Amino acid sequence: MKKTGIYGALSTIGLMAGLAGSATAQEDTFKIGIITFLSGQAAESFGVPALNGGKLLIDMMNKGDALPAPYNTKGFGGLNIEYVVVDEAGGATKQVQEFRNLVQREEVDAVLGYVSSGDCLAVPPVADELKAFTILYDCGTPRVFEDGKFEYVFRTAAHATMDNISLARYLKSRNFDVPSYAGLNQDYAFGQDSWADFTASMKQIYPDAEIKTALFPKFGAGQYGTEISALLREKPALVHSSNWGGDLQGFLIQATARGLDKRSQLVLSAGDHVIPQLQDKMPDGIFLGARGVNGLAAYARGGELKELTDTMWDAYEAEYGVFPVQAPFRMWQALFGLKTAVEKAMADNGGKKPSDEELVAAMKGLEWDAPSGHIEMALADGHQAIQPNAIGTTKWNADAGKMELVDVEYYAARCVNPPEGVLAADWIAQGFPGAECD
Amino acid sequence: MRYILFLYAAIAFVVLAAGSIILPDWAMFLFAMALAKGLVCLGIVAMMRGGVVSFGQGLYYCIGAYTATLAANLWGVSDIFALTLFSSVVCLIVGMIFGPMLATYRGIFFAMLTLALSMVLYGTLSKMSVIGGSDGLNIGSPTFLGWAPEGRDLQTALYIYVVAIVVITGTLMRIYFDSEQGLITLATRDNELRVEYLGASVRKVMAYNYTFAAVLGGLGGTIAVVALGHVDPEFAFWTTSGEFVFVAILAGYMSVPAVFVAAIILEVVRSFSNLYFPNTWQLSLGIFLLIVIVTLPNGLGSLLSRRKGGKT
Repeated sequence: MKKTGIYGALSTIGLMAGLAGSATAQEDTFKIGIITFLSGQAAESFGVPALNGGKLLIDMMNKGDALPAPYNTKGFGGLNIEYVVVDEAGGATKQVQEFRNLVQREEVDAVLGYVSSGDCLAVPPVADELKAFTILYDCGTPRVFEDGKFEYVFRTAAHATMDNISLARYLKSRNFDVPSYAGLNQDYAFGQDSWADFTASMKQIYPDAEIKTALFPKFGAGQYGTEISALLREKPALVHSSNWGGDLQGFLIQATARGLDKRSQLVLSAGDHVIPQLQDKMPDGIFLGARGVNGLAAYARGGELKELTDTMWDAYEAEYGVFPVQAPFRMWQALFGLKTAVEKAMADNGGKKPSDEELVAAMKGLEWDAPSGHIEMALADGHQAIQPNAIGTTKWNADAGKMELVDVEYYAARCVNPPEGVLAADWIAQGFPGAECD
Repeated sequence: MRYILFLYAAIAFVVLAAGSIILPDWAMFLFAMALAKGLVCLGIVAMMRGGVVSFGQGLYYCIGAYTATLAANLWGVSDIFALTLFSSVVCLIVGMIFGPMLATYRGIFFAMLTLALSMVLYGTLSKMSVIGGSDGLNIGSPTFLGWAPEGRDLQTALYIYVVAIVVITGTLMRIYFDSEQGLITLATRDNELRVEYLGASVRKVMAYNYTFAAVLGGLGGTIAVVALGHVDPEFAFWTTSGEFVFVAILAGYMSVPAVFVAAIILEVVRSFSNLYFPNTWQLSLGIFLLIVIVTLPNGLGSLLSRRKGGKT
C-alpha cells in the first residue's frame, strides 16, 4: 500500500515534469523574468500598469531607434529581449518558489520584480544563494539593504523614506502652518513605516506640531466612516495618509463627501496612481507624491529629460488610453538601468552576453537617466538607488477635463535620501545631516 | 505485520531520497516545500479521522516557523536538529494547552475556533513591528551538526532531512492510526455516542489528535522556514490553513502516503499553472480542485487503498 503510494506519486510527478520541458539559454537573447501583481489589491494600482509599461518599453527597445539616445540601440546591446511573467500574488512563500523556478527551470538571465516589501525581504537571500542577478523595482521598505547585504540584488528605485521626508519639506517650502496633524494609514508594515517616517520628519521640521491621532484601519478595509468621524472631531490641520489603491480611493471619496478635505489639508505620500480612476472626484488642493518624479510630476517637469519622458508618455497613452502613473515609471527606470548595465558589461567583456557576475559588476554604483530623473545606485555599496522626488498640489482643469499637478516642488536625490552608511530612521532622527538641497 | 510497515517505510525513504540525485534543483526545492506542508496536512488528517477539521492549522505552522526564526536570530542557533526540536516542543506545549479546550467541540464550532486562534496570532504578529510586522523576518541557512553546506549540497541535505522526517513521522502516525487509540478515533467518526458508551473517552482521543497535529504543524513550519529563509504572518493566515485543509481533503483520511502525494501534486500544479497561465492561474488551480473533488470524493487515498474490514 505504501509502495503503490510512492510509485503513484513519482509517476505523476514524472509526467508533470516531462510536460514542462526545459528552457535553454540562448546566446542572442536576454531573458527577463518579470514578477508583479496580476491579481489582488495591488494589481490594478501597481502590478498591471507596471507590466503594461514594461511590455511597451521592451517592445520599443527590441524595435531599436524608437527611443531617444542613449537608448536608441536595439534590445540590450543588440540582444533581443524576451520575458516571462509571473503573478506576485500568493505571499512570500510562493514567491521564493517561483523565483527558484524562474532561475533554475526557466533559466532567465535576470529577474525583475516585486512590489510587496515582504517579497523583497524574502527573495534576496535566495538570489544570492543561486547567484542570480535580480532587480527589485518597486518595493519600499529600507530594511532590504539596511538589515542585510546582498551581492546579486539591486533596487533601482529609492526606498520609501524619501516619500514622507519630501512631504514634510513640501509643507515647509509652501509655508504651510501645521499646529496639529493626524494620520490614517493601512495597518501593515508599509502603512506603519510611512507614518513613523512622517512623524519623525515632522518632528524635525515642525517640532511644535501636535499629533492628534494615528488611525490604522485594516488593510483593504474600504470603509472609513468611523475614522473620518474621528478625524472630523479632532480637527487636525493636516491629515497624512500613505493609503494606496482601493483603500485610497475609498478614503478620498468618503472623506470628500463629508467635507474632510475642506477642514483639513490632505497629504498623500503615494497618491498619484488613483487619479486616472477618480478623475474629477479627486479633490482639488491635495498635496501628493508619486514615490519619485513619476506620472504627472515628470510630465510637468520638462528639462533635458523631456524628450525621453514625452516619448514614453505618448506611447503609453496611445497604447493603453490612460496616462502613466508611478508604477510604469518605476518599471521603466528599472529597465533603462538594466539596459545600461548590460551594455556596460558587454563593452567590458568584448560584446558577449554578460554573466550574472559581469552584470553585478556593471550595475554596482551605476548611474543612468530615466523618465523619472537621474538614478544613482548610491547606497548599500552600490546596490540601492537614490532618485529625485517631487510633491505637487492637485488641480482639476475643467476645460481640458484633466487633473493637473500645480505648485510642484522637485527635490534632489541627496536632499531626501540618506547618505551612504546611515540608516534611514537614524538620518531623520538626527535632523537630516548632510542633506544636499538646492 | 509491523516489520512490513518498516520495510515499506525503508522503501519509501530510498525512493524519495533517490530524488536528491534525479531531481533538478527547482524540483527538489518544490518537493521539500511540498513535503513540509504535507507534514502539517498529516496533522489535519489525524483530526479528520475523528470527524473534525481544523481550519487553523496555520497556527502551528506559523508558531513553528517563528520559533525557529527567533531562536536563530536571537541566540544564533543554526543547527537544524536543534531548531526542529525546539519549535516542535513549543508547539507541543501550545497544543497541550489548547487541545483539551477544543476537544469538546465538533464540526463548524471546532473549525471556527481553530480558525480564530490562528487569526489572533496573525493579527498579533502583523502589529509587532519589532519582529518585522507584516513584512516578516529572514532566517539564515541552516547547519547540520556543525556542517554548513552551500548551493546544491545545502538543498540536497535539506531535502534528505525532510524526507527522513516525513518517513519517520509517517510511520509513527501509521502506527498510531492502527493502535487502539487510533481506531477509537475512527469509530468516533462513525458514532461518537457509542464510543463513549463502550467506555472510551472521546475527549481524550480528540485532545491527543489535536496535540499530535500541533507538533506536526510545528515540524512543517520549521522545515518550511528553514528552506524558504523567510517567515511572515501570512503563515498563520486563513488562506494558508485553507490550503492545508484542501490537501487533506484531496488526500482523504485513509492513507498516509496519499497526504504527501497530494501535497506534491498541489505544488506542482500550482507552480506550472502560475507560469503558463499567469493571469488565470487561480482559475486553473480552482478547476483542478473541482475535478478532484467531483471525481474522487474520498480523496486520493481511496485510489491507493480500499477500506478492508475496518482496517485501513
